[in-house]
Amino acid sequence: MNIFDMTIHALHAALKGKRVSSVEATTAMLERISSVEPQVGSFITVTPEQALAAAAAADQRIARGDCDLLTGIPLAIKDIFLTEGVRTTCGSRILDNFIPPYSATSWEMLRGCGAVLLGKLNQDEFAMGSSNESSAYGTTRNPWNTDYIPGGSSGGSAAAVAASEAVATLGTDTGGSIRQPASHCGCVGLKPTYGRVSRYGVIAYASSLDQVGPLTRDVADCATMLGAIAGHDHKDSTSVDTPVPDYSSSLTHGVKGLKIGLPKEYFISGLDADVQVAMDAAIETYRRLGAEFVDVSLPHTDYAVATYYLIATAEASSNLARYDGVRFGHRAEAEGLLEMYTKSRSEGFGVEVKRRIMLGTYALSSGYYDAYYVKAQKVRTLIMNDFTTAFADVDVMLTPVAPTAAFKIGEKVNDPLQMYLSDIFTIPVNLAGTCAMSLPAGFSAAGLPIGLQLIGKPFGEETILQAGYAFEQATEWHTRKATI
Amino acid sequence: MKISVADVEHAASLARLELTSEEKELFAGQIGAILDYVEKLKELDTEGIVPTSHAVPMENAFREDIVQPSIGVARSLANAPEREGSFFAVPKVIE
Amino acid sequence: MKYQPVIGLEVHVQLLTDTKIFCGCSTKFGSEPNSQTCPVCLGLPGALPVLNKKVVEFAIKAGLSTNCSITPRSIFARKNYFYPDLPKGYQISQFEDPICQWGWLDIKVDDGETKRIRITRIHMEEDAGKLVHGELSGRDDGSGVDLNRACTPLLEVVSEPDLRSSDEAVSYLKQLHQIVTWLGICDGNMEEGSFRCDANVSVMPVGSSTFGTRAEIKNVNSFKFVKQAIEYEIQRQIDLIEDGGTVVQETRLFDPNSGTTRSMRSKEEAHDYRYFPDPDLVPLVISDQWVERSRRELPELPEQRQQRFMNELGLPLYDAEVLTASRALADYFEAGVAAGGNAKTVGNWIMGEITRALNDTGTPIESCPVSPGQLAELLQLIDNSTISGKIAKTVFDEMWKSGKAPQTIVEDQGLVQVSDSGAIESIINGIMAANAGQVEDYRGGKEKVFGFFVGQVMKASKGKANPAVVNELLLNKLKG
Repeated sequence: MNIFDMTIHALHAALKGKRVSSVEATTAMLERISSVEPQVGSFITVTPEQALAAAAAADQRIARGDCDLLTGIPLAIKDIFLTEGVRTTCGSRILDNFIPPYSATSWEMLRGCGAVLLGKLNQDEFAMGSSNESSAYGTTRNPWNTDYIPGGSSGGSAAAVAASEAVATLGTDTGGSIRQPASHCGCVGLKPTYGRVSRYGVIAYASSLDQVGPLTRDVADCATMLGAIAGHDHKDSTSVDTPVPDYSSSLTHGVKGLKIGLPKEYFISGLDADVQVAMDAAIETYRRLGAEFVDVSLPHTDYAVATYYLIATAEASSNLARYDGVRFGHRAEAEGLLEMYTKSRSEGFGVEVKRRIMLGTYALSSGYYDAYYVKAQKVRTLIMNDFTTAFADVDVMLTPVAPTAAFKIGEKVNDPLQMYLSDIFTIPVNLAGTCAMSLPAGFSAAGLPIGLQLIGKPFGEETILQAGYAFEQATEWHTRKATI
Repeated sequence: MKISVADVEHAASLARLELTSEEKELFAGQIGAILDYVEKLKELDTEGIVPTSHAVPMENAFREDIVQPSIGVARSLANAPEREGSFFAVPKVIE
Repeated sequence: MKYQPVIGLEVHVQLLTDTKIFCGCSTKFGSEPNSQTCPVCLGLPGALPVLNKKVVEFAIKAGLSTNCSITPRSIFARKNYFYPDLPKGYQISQFEDPICQWGWLDIKVDDGETKRIRITRIHMEEDAGKLVHGELSGRDDGSGVDLNRACTPLLEVVSEPDLRSSDEAVSYLKQLHQIVTWLGICDGNMEEGSFRCDANVSVMPVGSSTFGTRAEIKNVNSFKFVKQAIEYEIQRQIDLIEDGGTVVQETRLFDPNSGTTRSMRSKEEAHDYRYFPDPDLVPLVISDQWVERSRRELPELPEQRQQRFMNELGLPLYDAEVLTASRALADYFEAGVAAGGNAKTVGNWIMGEITRALNDTGTPIESCPVSPGQLAELLQLIDNSTISGKIAKTVFDEMWKSGKAPQTIVEDQGLVQVSDSGAIESIINGIMAANAGQVEDYRGGKEKVFGFFVGQVMKASKGKANPAVVNELLLNKLKG
């Protein structure tokens, strides 16, 4: 087996058994990146020197007998995570030259385990997008078919795993930005419960919805990554101080007697036939494994996209005010202060970012605040209540991740509303603040991966990881490789 | 909902964005379409519903009043597009 | 026509915490620009605010001391606007549900009566940085941004428009100033901007119940300027109306040099701050127990202390007021009384000698070189006739200079009062012999020369003769 195709667990065993060194593994990954990057474009910045230095340090650590599961494992992270001394662009021209003076807590935690950073991954600009087409650094392509989008906004994070350019990656998920690209690229992606992972040092898109999570080759790796980044951070007021379970040790508990809800609003007529087939097969698999199915309802699903776009853009319009050309980032040549602001921001931001800032500004502006923002927050309450009610009867819910497999590059770029509507199955989870995971569950007729979404109760990551692991053991979708 | 170019210009000025006339037209149409779509929220009776700002209930996150080291002038100014001594430099306000 | 001014004040109180409201950077004044900054107060991408608990505790104290209700669940909001001294492009403040609401202060008005001024709200917020103009080397076309002050904790205290004159405004402001400094939550330094005031001023015809359009006056940083600015603004508005004009709602800047106010902006569009709850911060929930604990920890407030000084120590109102001008002064006074001094005498000395010496040397009461205990010892020496009141002033000056105990000074310099009648009699005999003419005058009915003899005796005894003994003996001797 190629080193670059290994899971965290396989590579860890090889490192611990001294069959391979971290420097060798890192070198193999860097070579793989060089060979496939021209076709995929997962990375915005590759950091070979730092990676090899970190790998050498990890090898010394392993030689001392200190070999954590992540020690010496070459990872890559979305360019939304601040990395001290390593350029961080968030996919935007406005941060083209930004070298952060500090690092995100989640990356610090991985680094503390001895993980090796290969580089920073491509994404939609400021995580605003579902296709990676809004990146200022080119569109990442789907490794399964490079005419197709990888999904977004963590498109680079999913594509890098699928193209074996990193053993595992980190992404962020505001309305589906981990799960949808994971689904489109055939990897495992988990959005933890809001507050489970620190947001400190993660560039904010919509603060009440953003959450950090892993993208991996399989569920066991996902459990390992989540265990490494979860936990309370005193630098993030919204991070929650509840104990982090040992996600890995309970993976094998199985699904016998597990009650799985099927929300009827997610199995609608518009669902792509390939997706329906994959869902039916998944339900059958779980039935065979001993799970029980219960029909549930999330009656306000149809309002989720509208709610999301008001709340997310309002928060974004404010979060993105700090990009003003004063202290960091792009500054335009200008006469006077006002022109410096407007020119710097207009040159620095791409069209999707401007569109969302405009929408959010409008929704918060005088006379519209109650009708739009407050109304959306109230509907958010109704959507949360839907989940609370449904979870009174079931342990997890099973749904598609997206109504279709990946679409073609350019297909929806001129119709923002259609693009927004493709996130209909992932957005409600962010509004409800709970956790969900995407895992490989089939392929479309065109040979593109289809993902299955398992939604858990708040802080129910352990349960969805168990359910995902059981499914993975019973199927072989996750073992298929993109032939790039 | 009809969004005029003037509405777009007002929001752009609040957001400190400078838009071309094509962008203004484009956004007027697209934002109008999105707002038409979000009109559907009005179908819901939300009388007496408490707005949610955080999905996970949380309260009272504090730090103690203990000085932590600052990052230093050099690192604070390292990304400054323009600086003057220890200050960030900005163009003057033109009325 | 006669006009009635209507005034409301918004006061910004900078809190005396060691660190900023949302990060651990120091709040120390006067350091190198941008040396007290971090990702949070620089507004760097990804940085998040975490609330300083002490700011909440100070806000609750301020609220309880101004008769406010403490809001059980309050939230922080973002106030969105662009300015180079505002790093994030929004200020974290409170909008709906501020921490304190519905308070009041009773202020003293002219005729010795009190008047209740309602306080609408007190909320917590972060300060902006500083913009420095025209002081940068080699450029006259721009400004420098210093973010050391950014994120420093402020309370904004907003009154109802209950004030009706500049004097009332100053009285309210002084009382608020006294409370926040008394509580130790603000240093009260108006020149450095630790306590600053914006005034909303309007006028209406006397008898009207509809307020006129108000102007907001900014940048008023002393009590004197508050009075000046409000008076100027009242007159400006009256003149404007009398000339057939109308007052426009606007922000005006007070210019201390000319004593006038001028419009701050004209062309700039009306602000639309787009307040919304800050999703980076969580609701602040203050339990009844927390409020009660804070209430118990409150110091005795100036008014309560005045009452106690009058009721228990028998001070007159005027003395009680003066001696509670600051908490340190009141503490000094009480320490003096506790050390055995008579309340009225200790008060007189503090209001007299001590205040004079403090003023002459620009010393705050906190660093008074004469301790309350030493003052009490000094007064004891007068009471037991060791020294005269006059000599006591000499001893006090020496105590101020050297910090020595009064007893030591009296002994070292031989200042003990002479009460021995034999010694004094021999002095008197000498003086009468040398001034036979004056003795004749006195005996001839010219009693005014009595003072001359007292003076001579005191001079001859270097001030040490006991005045009562001198008087008695002189009287007897002169009568012959």
